[in-house]
Amino acid sequence: MDFISILSIFVMACFVGYYVVWSVTPALHTPLMAVTNAISSVIIVGALIAAAAAGIGEGGATSKWLGLLAVVLASVNIFGGFAVTARMLAMYKKKAPAGAKH
Amino acid sequence: MEHITVNPWASLAYLVAGVCFILALRGLSSPATSQRGNRMGIIGMTIAVVTTLITHVPYLFSDGWTLYAPARDITPFIDWLTVAEILAAIGIGAAIGITTARRIAMTDMPQLVAAFHSLVGLAAVLVACAAFLNPGAFGIAEGGVIFAQSRIEMGLGVAIGAITFSGSVIAFLKLNGNMGGAPILLPGRHVINLGVLAAILGLVGYFTIDQSAWVFWTITVLSFVIGFLLIVPIGGADMPVVVSMLNSYSGWAAAAMGFTLHNTAMIITGALVGSSGAILSYIMCKAMNRSFISVIAGGFGGETAAAGGAPKEQRPWKRGSAEDAAFLLEQAEQVIIVPGYGMAVSQAQHALREMGDKLKAHGVRVKYAIHPVAGRMPGHMNVLLAEANVPYDDVFELEDINSEFAQTDVAFVIGANDVTNPAAKTDKTSPIYGMPVLDVGKAKTVLFIKRSMGGVGYAGVDNDVFYMDNTMMLLGDAKKMVEEIVKSLD
Repeated sequence: MDFISILSIFVMACFVGYYVVWSVTPALHTPLMAVTNAISSVIIVGALIAAAAAGIGEGGATSKWLGLLAVVLASVNIFGGFAVTARMLAMYKKKAPAGAKH
Repeated sequence: MEHITVNPWASLAYLVAGVCFILALRGLSSPATSQRGNRMGIIGMTIAVVTTLITHVPYLFSDGWTLYAPARDITPFIDWLTVAEILAAIGIGAAIGITTARRIAMTDMPQLVAAFHSLVGLAAVLVACAAFLNPGAFGIAEGGVIFAQSRIEMGLGVAIGAITFSGSVIAFLKLNGNMGGAPILLPGRHVINLGVLAAILGLVGYFTIDQSAWVFWTITVLSFVIGFLLIVPIGGADMPVVVSMLNSYSGWAAAAMGFTLHNTAMIITGALVGSSGAILSYIMCKAMNRSFISVIAGGFGGETAAAGGAPKEQRPWKRGSAEDAAFLLEQAEQVIIVPGYGMAVSQAQHALREMGDKLKAHGVRVKYAIHPVAGRMPGHMNVLLAEANVPYDDVFELEDINSEFAQTDVAFVIGANDVTNPAAKTDKTSPIYGMPVLDVGKAKTVLFIKRSMGGVGYAGVDNDVFYMDNTMMLLGDAKKMVEEIVKSLD
């Protein structure tokens, strides 16, 4: 892909992000931060590439270990981020029908 | 320019992952669809990770060399050791992440989010370093020379990642109480900060003509330093903006790395997260009537005490007991509860919900009014109330409920102060002038739970509501006070 194609995707995605995020209800702003946190760890893709490609040139081995460390960090975020979001979202309940007990 | 050899199916899969992430955020438009949204996010992430694992199998060659691109004639075989290491790395991360997510108290959510931001930042830095040391693996170099465009992307990626990391660490320490919330002001900090920022940008530019290691490492180190310098002077009251801002940075860092790797999933996600954080910062700034620049410049909450709190004469105020409060609440037709950070600190949300239930049983209408900057991060109060099983239909945003105070019998303020201060409307000299506030004073009676009459909120401004004829101060720990009220309601 050339630079302009990538830039186009980026710019369009910014607009999509703008409209999608404004539609998020303020009550869910904390889960929004937690879930954006989890998805921004898609950076794990770069970490996996680095970890899988050792041995080319002298930087290869170091690069592999940096990649593995990044995989750990990003995984903490991915699993932790989605799990904590799920935990929060499960707490948002509709008004219980009259007479029902929590 | 040599292009990265991409498997079209892989590109398609990354695009699908990106779309899943958009749908994940879209799901948050209502609590009813939010859980489905979160699952879309998980699906998207699984697609992205599995695609990468399949397309980047580590190979080992019989002569001991490993090479990711299938560029050599010797038959390769799969490097199972590396595969195991990668899976172990994911496993370790998963174990830490899931344990943390299960154990964390909801009141500690702001710290957790700050800590997670720092991890994204550090991961971005590590990936950028790996790409710099081994550009061949990422297909961004020819004969060891990294493409100029990739150098810019890499330089920006490492800079934003490093700023996100060190900034989030400071935010975490402040939110977690390891570091005082008061702003730390270095002399000449604006000059230093601008100088360092200019140096970073200059070096990123210079990096395109000289790919020496020192340029890359200097950018990295300076960015760690500037992240630290930027957040240190920002006071506790501005933390909602800081957390949102760092959220935005973590997105831009991912996007910059997405440009380097030509990866659609990363670019889409980066743009989504970047705009999300930016919008949240904007909402928080607006809710405090402060400009983004003035928040970044820092210092709020420390030096302002003198500006607004011109020594006022001792004014008379009324003190009430839990029994008095219970009596007033029982008699009311409608009660609006206004929670603030103080509720989070004393973990009073469960007791508060119990009080709400008792009042409802007495036939009182109970509503909750949330100011956008109540607490330490956007939506902080909503999560705590949800944790305590308060139905979200009872919880209202500032603009939806503010007109109702005039028809309300009791406004019950618990651990909130600045967000109820009428000085924001009347006193032009007040540091919070212009900030939208909840009109609790318009209610027939105001019950104000406060630890003592001494402290006056983060902005350091006295609150006229304390001294109004229709206000009764309930002094004490928020949780204990609410529990006593609950007892008296029987």
